[in-house]
Amino acid sequence: MANQVPLVDYLVLGDKPHLVANECTKCGARFFDRRSACASCSNTDFKKVDVATEGTLQTFSIVHMAAPGLPVPFVSAIINCGGTSVRTNVINIEAKPENIQLGMKVRLATYSMGADSAGTEAIAFGFEPAK
Amino acid sequence: MASNDVYILGIYMTKFGKHSDRDVLDLGSEAILNALKDAGVSMKDMGVMAAGQLMGGVGIAQQLQKQIGQTGIPAYNVTNACATGATAMRVVYMSIASGECDYGLAVGVEKLAGAGLLAGGSRADSGDTWKPQGRQGAIVPTDGLIGTDTMPGTFAQIGLEYGHRYGGVTFEDFAKISEKNHANSALNPLAAYQKVFTLEEIMNDIMISYPNTRPMCSANCDGAAAAVLVSGAKLKTLSREQQRRAVKVSASILTTDPYEEACQVLPNVNTLTKLAAKQGYEKAGIGPEDLNLVELHDCFATAELVHYDNLGLCPEGGAVDFLRAGHPYRTGKTPVNVSGGLQSKGHPIAATGIANIWEICHHLRGEAGPRQIEGAKVGLAHVIGLGNACGVHILEKSAL
Ligand SMILES: [Zn+2]
Repeated sequence: MANQVPLVDYLVLGDKPHLVANECTKCGARFFDRRSACASCSNTDFKKVDVATEGTLQTFSIVHMAAPGLPVPFVSAIINCGGTSVRTNVINIEAKPENIQLGMKVRLATYSMGADSAGTEAIAFGFEPAK
Repeated sequence: MASNDVYILGIYMTKFGKHSDRDVLDLGSEAILNALKDAGVSMKDMGVMAAGQLMGGVGIAQQLQKQIGQTGIPAYNVTNACATGATAMRVVYMSIASGECDYGLAVGVEKLAGAGLLAGGSRADSGDTWKPQGRQGAIVPTDGLIGTDTMPGTFAQIGLEYGHRYGGVTFEDFAKISEKNHANSALNPLAAYQKVFTLEEIMNDIMISYPNTRPMCSANCDGAAAAVLVSGAKLKTLSREQQRRAVKVSASILTTDPYEEACQVLPNVNTLTKLAAKQGYEKAGIGPEDLNLVELHDCFATAELVHYDNLGLCPEGGAVDFLRAGHPYRTGKTPVNVSGGLQSKGHPIAATGIANIWEICHHLRGEAGPRQIEGAKVGLAHVIGLGNACGVHILEKSAL
C-alpha cells in the first residue's frame, strides 16, 4: 500500500478515518490546533480526543466565487459533531440550495487528492449526507 | 452639558466611490481639513490624533500630518479590521475623557476600488511533494477545501446559522434587506452607488455565495471620514452655534468576542455585538427603544439580519418578524442604514466606522436633507471587524 498523508494533521487516516481535537482537561473546550492555554478558561493542560464522525448541518453557504483555481460552486458548512463544531465542505452532493437542509444528518468521508512525485497520496475529508 | 462629557464638534466624509486620480493622503486630508472647518477649529488646537488605514503602509497618521500640519501631538496608528475607524474614534474619545487634552482628531481612510474578493490567506505551492506546514500541518492551503475563508461565504453562514437557530428565514428575506438599503442610497449623494434594485433583480443577480448575490455584498471603494472631538468643558467656552451643532458621544464602546463553543470555527459576530450594545445602553442610560436611527454593519445582507437581534432592536429570535413588519425601513419604528449601508454607500474599510457616525450626526443636527429622519434625537453606529472587534457609538443631539 502506498504511503498516505492527511490534508491536515487533525485528520487521522486508517480503517476508521476521523478528526482529533485538543481538549482542555478543565472545561472541555476543543481546538483543532495547539493552544498555549485554553481560550475559555486559561488552563494549560490538553488531551487528544476523537471527534464524532457523524453530525448535523448547523449552517452552510454555496460558494460561487472563490480564490483562483478552486472549483466552484462548493458547499462550505459548519457541522455539529456531538457538540463539537467542525468546519468543512459538504461533499458528494450537487451544490444547490434545494439539496441542502439546515439540520440534515451528515457523516465524515475521505477522498484522494492525488499523489506527489514520491508516490505519497494525499487524503482530504469532507462531510456527506448520511442516508 | 457636563464638563466630563465628550462631544463631536466637527465631522466629514468624502464621496465614497472610485477616486482614480487621488491617493489615500488626498482623501484623508480632504476629510480632516473639512472636519476641522466643520468644527470651526484648526489643526493647532488638536491635542491628539488617531488614524486608521487597513490596507496600507506604516504610519498613516504621520503621513497625513505631513499633508495638513505637523504639530508634535501624540498620534496613534490603529488597525482593527472593519472596526478600525471606530477604534480611532474611541482612542480620541478616551484621551479627551481622561482629561489629557480638550480636542482630538480621528480619521479613517482606504483605497479599495477594484480590490475584488477579499479572501483569507493563501500561500504558494510547496513544490512537488506534500509537505505539512503551519499550525494545522496543512499540505496545501485549506481555503475552499475545508470550508471557505471568503467574506461573502463566512457572512452567508452567519446569516443562515441564525436561520437554523430560530427558524423561518428565507433567501427572499435577506434580499429584502438589500432592496431596502439600495433604495435608501438613492437619497444619499455621497454613496458609491445610488441605484435602486427590485427584489427580483437582487435575487437574480450573480450569486457570490448563497444566499448573498452581488448587490447583497458590500461595495469595495475609496473614501475617508474624519471627526473632531471636544471636551464638554471646552465646548462651554465655544459659540452657541458650535454648541448647538455639537453631538454628544453618550457611549463609545469596543469589545472582542468572549469564548463560546464554535467561535474559533466560524467567527461569532453575535456575542461581542450583544456585549457592546449592553455596555453602550448602560453607559448612555438609554434603551434600544429610544433610538431614532441605527447605522449597523451590513457588510452583507445576511449580516444585517442578525444585528437587529444583537443590538436589541427586536426580541431574541425576532429579527425576521422585525424585518417583515417594516420596522427597519425609513418609515419604520427603527430606521436602519438610511445612508444606504455598506451594500450601496460602500465600504472603504477604515473609513466606515467614522462614516457611520457621520451619518448619525447629520440626522441629529437636522442636516440630512431629503433623507432626514425627522426629529432624530438619538442614534447608534455599529461596526464589526472580523477577528473580532465590535465598535458601538451612541450619539445624542445637543440639548440646545
Ligand atoms: Zn478550558
